[in-house]
Amino acid sequence: MSVNKEKLTEALDKKAIYGEDLNFTSYDDNDTMRIKSTDELSAGGKKKLERVGIELDEAGRSATFVQVDNAAVTVNVKKDTPLVLMNTGDAAKAFPELVEKYWWKAVSPETDKYTAKTALEKETGYFIHVKAGTKISAPLQACVFMGHEDQLQRVHNVIIMEEGSELNIISGCASDPTVENGVHIGISEFFIGKNAKMTFTMIHSWGEKVAVRPRTVAIVDEGGLYMSNYVCLDKVADVQMYPTCRLIGKGATARLNSILVAPEGAHLDIGGKAILEVSGTKAEIITRSISTGGTIINRGLLQGLAEGVRAHLECNGLMLNDKGRIYAIPELDAHTGNSELSHEAAVGRIAPEEIEYLMARGLDEEAAAATIVRGFLNINIEGLPESLEKKITDTLDTFTYNKGM
Amino acid sequence: MLKIENLSVAVNGREILHDINLHIRPGEVHVLFGPNGIGKSTLMSAIMGFERYEITKGKIYFKGQDITNAPVFERAKLGIGIMIQRPPTIRGLSLRQMEGICGATPEETEHMAEWMGLNKFLDRSVNEGFSGGEIKRSELLQLMAQKPELLLLDEPESGVDVENIALVGRAANYILNSATAACGKACDRPCCPHNFKDVQVNPLGKSNRSGLIITHLGHILKYVPADTGHIVFDGTLACSGDPEEMLSCIGQSGYEHCIHQGCRRWKK
Repeated sequence: MSVNKEKLTEALDKKAIYGEDLNFTSYDDNDTMRIKSTDELSAGGKKKLERVGIELDEAGRSATFVQVDNAAVTVNVKKDTPLVLMNTGDAAKAFPELVEKYWWKAVSPETDKYTAKTALEKETGYFIHVKAGTKISAPLQACVFMGHEDQLQRVHNVIIMEEGSELNIISGCASDPTVENGVHIGISEFFIGKNAKMTFTMIHSWGEKVAVRPRTVAIVDEGGLYMSNYVCLDKVADVQMYPTCRLIGKGATARLNSILVAPEGAHLDIGGKAILEVSGTKAEIITRSISTGGTIINRGLLQGLAEGVRAHLECNGLMLNDKGRIYAIPELDAHTGNSELSHEAAVGRIAPEEIEYLMARGLDEEAAAATIVRGFLNINIEGLPESLEKKITDTLDTFTYNKGM
Repeated sequence: MLKIENLSVAVNGREILHDINLHIRPGEVHVLFGPNGIGKSTLMSAIMGFERYEITKGKIYFKGQDITNAPVFERAKLGIGIMIQRPPTIRGLSLRQMEGICGATPEETEHMAEWMGLNKFLDRSVNEGFSGGEIKRSELLQLMAQKPELLLLDEPESGVDVENIALVGRAANYILNSATAACGKACDRPCCPHNFKDVQVNPLGKSNRSGLIITHLGHILKYVPADTGHIVFDGTLACSGDPEEMLSCIGQSGYEHCIHQGCRRWKK
């Protein structure tokens, strides 16, 4: 790994630009493998995995990766499936030439204390490599699970999608129901090659006091498509992330969708950034957020650096409670005259005429409100594979709206 | 079916309707005429129980039950169905799901949508990007599923192109005349959706369903025969009588003139 240890150690004190500063000292960050297989997970833990889209029988999946705390427990690729899935640490040893080319090339390890911490410690996480022209229809599932109280969990993920390859990923992150406290750091570096297509659907269900610091950068080459969907409906103390997508080849496209719910006590600082570096690139960032008493900060930035780029940013919020807060900060940054950047932001409460309309069709007030809320969160995500779409709708269906929640 | 006694309705503290009395018997269809902004929609909204419309005096009875203070959904459950003029968009709720809410089975939904020319709209969010005419057809589609005993239509033909006026009229007639039992594929009654295109104007008295319709131009009356018309003026029902005669008088000489000249003649 071409990292400068001295600089990295310095970066361990570097606060992130956004989010509350976390102190690592009160957490346990050892790498013990506490369980050997997902069979050993508690019944509650298994339920949480299902909730975030992970099928324990692996039936409909092309490959499965499960990391518990800081150890990879399952790394399975279905027979005859032409993809490489490994623990990142093992992959680094096996493919030094790839490390040279990809490791820490999308995310700088000196970005902040979270990236530095991850770069300095023993690597775990998933490495996925899909060779040129390979299209894999069944989704790959990757799960990072926190099974232990006060855990500091580090993850470094690297995905390489070669030219013309296709893959759908379900990334489910959860903690055991007994876990209240913990820190999850997830560094993800995605390289989407020419005309490659990757859909990444991430569902979170963390413990109530867990703090989460993902650092994701995707780099999309000519004609490539990166589609990211993020769903967070369950109470989590503190998430701060600002995933970035760099579109570096003509015709590269990024779509980032987020569905966020913040109950009382939750603080979600979620952003989405698209940097349109060359002409003919396109991006769309859509967020639906609901506060039922918690705080949502919704950042978004579209940066048009070249002529003839097109991008749209949309952040809509619903306040279902007087206590919460939704702060939408959409930003547009055009560097040339010939770029089309737009945004739309709206924060409000449920319109009474919508409730009455549904009541006139026979729903009582509560059912009407719940129907509207579910509809609001239901982003029609174009081009999403059916299995992923079903997972998202299923997750949304479990969301219950309580008045005054 | 519907009995309104000495009803006064206020919006934002201002009284719009004063002392309205109206009685719609089972099987009867009544029409409300009157200039814009005079309170026709207010009356309809008050019957449905929408919150903005405050009943300051009087009573509303439906099927003998006092519903003056009943919530909207209870009135819907009792059998009142409404088509408002500008329904809101419900983002993320498909028209197909809405049909389910209204009580249609998936098969009925497909079937009726075909009749209403709305198949392509079933998976779109309710009212999102719908044109004026599409909204009317979608509202009728929902009401076909809801099968109300009292149908309230607020300007069903506004924004509807000439070609679709017949469709809208027939759909309204279908709702007013169809039996409550679901129509099976083998059904040969003219009221069943698959026989729908052949529906001629049904003679009144066959059905126990009732309707109240707001119309300016009266095109709908070619398809839905009405038996009583009312002119709403100055917050009251200024006069009642034969809807056809009323319409032609209004067309020729305007509301005020008709009220002055015609009311006595039309009084039953």
